[in-house]
Amino acid sequence: MYSQQVIDHFNNPRNQGRMENPDGVGKVGNPVCGDVMYIYIKVKDDVIQDISWETMGCAAAIATSSMISELAKGKTLDEAEKITRGDVADALQGLPSVKMHCSNLAADGLRKAIEDYRNRRGMA
Amino acid sequence: MRQVYLDHSATSAVDPRVIEVMMPFFDVRYGNASSLHTMGQEANRALEDARKTVAQKLHCTPEEIIFTSGGTESNNAAFKGAAFTRLRKGKKGHIITSTIEHDCVLNTCQWLESLGFSVTYLPVDNYGLVSPESLEDAITGDTILVSIMHANNEIGTIQDIRELAHIAHERDVLFHTDAVQSVTKVPVDVQEIGVDLLSVSSHKIHGPKGVGCLYVKKGTTVDPLLHGGGHEKGFRSGTENIPGIVGFSEALAIGEEERPREMPRIERLRDELIDGVSIIENSWLNGHPKRRLPINAHFCFRFIEGESLVLRLSGKGIYASTGSACSSKSLKPSHVLLAIGLPPEDAHSSLRLTLGRDNTEGDIQYTLKVLPEVVTDLRKISPFKASFQE
Repeated sequence: MYSQQVIDHFNNPRNQGRMENPDGVGKVGNPVCGDVMYIYIKVKDDVIQDISWETMGCAAAIATSSMISELAKGKTLDEAEKITRGDVADALQGLPSVKMHCSNLAADGLRKAIEDYRNRRGMA
Repeated sequence: MRQVYLDHSATSAVDPRVIEVMMPFFDVRYGNASSLHTMGQEANRALEDARKTVAQKLHCTPEEIIFTSGGTESNNAAFKGAAFTRLRKGKKGHIITSTIEHDCVLNTCQWLESLGFSVTYLPVDNYGLVSPESLEDAITGDTILVSIMHANNEIGTIQDIRELAHIAHERDVLFHTDAVQSVTKVPVDVQEIGVDLLSVSSHKIHGPKGVGCLYVKKGTTVDPLLHGGGHEKGFRSGTENIPGIVGFSEALAIGEEERPREMPRIERLRDELIDGVSIIENSWLNGHPKRRLPINAHFCFRFIEGESLVLRLSGKGIYASTGSACSSKSLKPSHVLLAIGLPPEDAHSSLRLTLGRDNTEGDIQYTLKVLPEVVTDLRKISPFKASFQE
């Protein structure tokens, strides 16, 4: 049911871990639904210098967290903000349809982290 | 890599002895049991011998065994059969079941509700047990059928079917039990437990897929699901699956013969598994500590999700399943775990390990080495380490 890319990111997650003193944090999902994602970013000159994440959830939730960290790293905030759920799913060679809406939270998490960063900087 | 199959409640390997007795019926003795010629009669003899064997193992007469395509059909046939009999008299009726039944029962009930039948879903306690008092209170003058599963497919809890059937019979109501998970694991004697209808599946007992039976006590009227050439005394038309039926009866015979020594062995392995897992923090056993299938261990591991656990275990050669249906077609947590009172966030974190004939001490040692590592790895990834409040 999962693509090789999903299984690879699930088994070898990239940029995983809690970040000390992040510039922005995005928390999405709900334990009641089974998927929770925390996305942490460090920003310098409007560019995402570092990104990491913590996720409780199914393989799709973990793989999308891992994938968005690769997609967003080094991007400007404006570029990163435009990454969609569809982009994440495409980069993973697709997700099962039941997982598209419930577990594909990473793009939302990243946007929230960027929003959090801007709020902290009084830029919102 | 070592392969450890711990998903015997999903399905089981066909025993080589079963395959052997099935083989001639594919290409040598392939006759249609309804044919008059010698080959047909040979097939018919095999069919009736299989029926005798199954009847003997379940402690009933051959006439009371209807071969079906398996557990789902048997359960559908019991519920819809009882309902159709009632409809034929121009009436609807009331059905009682439990909240922890298999989907093939719950979805059948919902469909019957859409036709105008009413259904009471009895709650269960934290162990998954139905209370006899709640059944007694639920029966009305309009109740046509009570169905409570013998052993639960997720948490393995075994009901006192004898007592529940007795309550139904005191009020002249038919009693059905889904024994798909319990047959060959614990004694199933239809006379002793006193049921009118009982469902059995072959592939859960090291037999082939696509076959099973419904026990229908003599004198019980349930209308057929399938009309046609009048096979199975008109209850289940369709050319009989002779290789499957022969295999099913052999699997049941082997399972029953070996049960007295095999189940205690498996139960010891299972207990070793439970003891070993119990040292993992923030985890626990679901279901009843004693009244459970000897093959079943079912746990929650807080702060991780069942599907991830199953897939990471699979990567290490351990094949298990999750109560959380997140792994399959729906994303809802298991209705069984919600029914025993688990909050959804914990219901998502479940793992079912079900043992079988092929499991060894080495399998358990390997699982007890790998499982804690996988749990630790996934908790490292999880934002929650000690509570959901972080």
